[in-house]
Amino acid sequence: MLKTFLIGIKDVRLAFRDRAALILMLAAPFVLTVGLGLVTGRFSSNTSSGVSDIPVIIVNLDNDQLGNALADVFNSADLADLLEPTSGSDPEAARKSIDEDKAAAVVIIPEGFTKSIIPQQSDFANGNVVAADPVKIEVYANPSRSTGAGIVKAIVDEFLSRVEEARVSETTSIEQLIFSGRITPQQALATGSAASQGIQTTSPASTLAVKINSSTANGDAVKFDALAYIAPAMALMFLMYTVSYGGRSILAERAQGTLPRLLVSPTNTAQILGGKVFGIFLTGTIQMLILIGASSLFFQLKWGDPLGVIVLVLAAVFGATGWGMVITALARTPSQVASVGTAIMLIFGIMGGSFINLEQMPSFVQTFSKITPNAWALDGFTTLGLGGTLTDLSAPIIALLSMGSILFLVSVVLFGKKNLVQK
Amino acid sequence: MSAILHVQNLVKNYGDFKAVKGVSFDIEEGEIFSLLGPNGAGKTTTISMLSTLYTPTSGDATIGGHSITKDPMGVRGIIGVVPQDLALYEDLTARENLIFWGQMYNLSGKSLTTRVDEVLEQIGLTDKAKDRVKTYSGGMKRRVNIGVGLLHKPRLLFMDEPTVGIDPQSRRAILDTVKDLSKQGMTLLYTTHYMEEAEELSNRVGIFDHGEMIAIGTQKELTQQVGEAETLILHVGENDDSEALAKTLKDIQGVQQATAVDHEVSIVCAEAEDVLAAVVTKANDRGIKIRSIDIREPNLEAVFLHLTGRALRD
Repeated sequence: MLKTFLIGIKDVRLAFRDRAALILMLAAPFVLTVGLGLVTGRFSSNTSSGVSDIPVIIVNLDNDQLGNALADVFNSADLADLLEPTSGSDPEAARKSIDEDKAAAVVIIPEGFTKSIIPQQSDFANGNVVAADPVKIEVYANPSRSTGAGIVKAIVDEFLSRVEEARVSETTSIEQLIFSGRITPQQALATGSAASQGIQTTSPASTLAVKINSSTANGDAVKFDALAYIAPAMALMFLMYTVSYGGRSILAERAQGTLPRLLVSPTNTAQILGGKVFGIFLTGTIQMLILIGASSLFFQLKWGDPLGVIVLVLAAVFGATGWGMVITALARTPSQVASVGTAIMLIFGIMGGSFINLEQMPSFVQTFSKITPNAWALDGFTTLGLGGTLTDLSAPIIALLSMGSILFLVSVVLFGKKNLVQK
Repeated sequence: MSAILHVQNLVKNYGDFKAVKGVSFDIEEGEIFSLLGPNGAGKTTTISMLSTLYTPTSGDATIGGHSITKDPMGVRGIIGVVPQDLALYEDLTARENLIFWGQMYNLSGKSLTTRVDEVLEQIGLTDKAKDRVKTYSGGMKRRVNIGVGLLHKPRLLFMDEPTVGIDPQSRRAILDTVKDLSKQGMTLLYTTHYMEEAEELSNRVGIFDHGEMIAIGTQKELTQQVGEAETLILHVGENDDSEALAKTLKDIQGVQQATAVDHEVSIVCAEAEDVLAAVVTKANDRGIKIRSIDIREPNLEAVFLHLTGRALRD
């Protein structure tokens, strides 16, 4: 175990002494992040999210105060750049549109939604001022447009959270007023209606989930930042370079004679290969953390829940390392790993959404993107950027860990057939 | 003395190609044993099997009682290996390299630090210890390469052509280091295709050719195989056909062997003086100008020539 650790540390030291590698591991993603940030206007007054025109279908069957208020949120001017809402009347037709990949999500506001929240005359007359559980709004999400669907869901969740907050507060207050004798049950309806007006007349902009997300971090509301997408996208793309660089070092050590020298020392093959894998993993993790730290420091970028970021980084590097090992196991020479690794870096970068949001890609690309650590990790980073926490990352983390584990098994089988000794 | 290395009928095949064809020999504790042979003779393959890097096709060897096939980890703990090609991390300093490799040989803590300092002193690089290896000359790199093999004070050190491609000064330093190690009691298996190195260093020599050990013994024992034969070396012009001359010279009475390598023709004969006139005449007849002539006493080169019909550098 100690030798595995020592070999890994040695590889990290070598990687960070290689100027060419440093340029591609750190400088290139940083510069590209700055470049794309400039293109998207991140560094100007225009704080466009980078994610734009998310197609969303609103099916408002409620047609009452709160249903209309939520529809207004989606149609508000504040979200005009982010969303491209259309109205529908048939839930089934809307769901079908999602199945056909015509939109990111459908928001179905059921009939009676408002009534389930705002107490009615009969409730007060019966002395039952606590309303029944609200009818639930359905968000039918498109799994291949997870970022857009996530944003839509975040908006709905935020709206509902505010409504629920107001509802509980309102009913509690009215009960207190009745019990204290300040109003009669008959006056409660008028009081409740007045209070309910407050819910529906709340400015749509104040209910925007994307404005609320960072409030858990420091209480300040900031919009979804373009760099919160671009920075992880670039970091993940160049993470693929790092893992192929690390994999290449296995074959390079064979060519330069240090691997055979290790093999004739009292160090077994498992310790050596384990050390090489650990070195790749550690280098990738350090690279990601440096890029995250640098973007936070220089661009004040909020990556979201720190625990979620760390766990997601570890899972992403693990998945990517699996790819690095498979590429290495399939290659015969260090130069083959370098050329295949670069190609994979670019292909995965494109397929994984590093350059173009996956939602703007054809559906087969979106499906195929699931083999890339980029797509899963980017999905996770977007969730964190939208205010999600570690608990919201189960899908990408499980996918990345599964990907890494399967690829490690494949590479072990391939390495078993490979002659590690001879050049 | 007892044998630290006992090799029994070691074979290594690559498909149909037989790289090592049933080699057997012993090395006594404390001696320098040289494997002498031309490039491609199978020396490196033999060392690679003995150091547990390659698995023998058949046969076995024991080192300090550990079988290379059954107990390779036991073998690795008591041997040191100095490979023919440099096997170092050039972006690490000499000290960092030695520390890393020391750790791989289970050294740690103060004993590691002390041993690294001792080895740096031994290879004469204490002052340059903090420089990255890639900034070193070829000779300095060779010395670090040797230093790595010495860190854990192995009982048996394999040195595979450690002087290939370096300047005479560094070569001299390496040969002196080998002699010092021997004086300290270390056993060495040294491979080379330089006859002079084998002659200078070795207690015993094994002559290797085409994957076989064709002769083994002390230098005296080996040279006795060619009797009292002397070797006549003719240096001819660059444009002269030395190979055709060698063929012609074989016809001269008293010439046992005649071979050409580059612009030299080696002639093994009982008495150089008896054939010298005929040799010069033959050369003149073919219009070949002899630039110089050396007469050498029986040596390992002559032994190799005698045994194989070829010069060591063929």
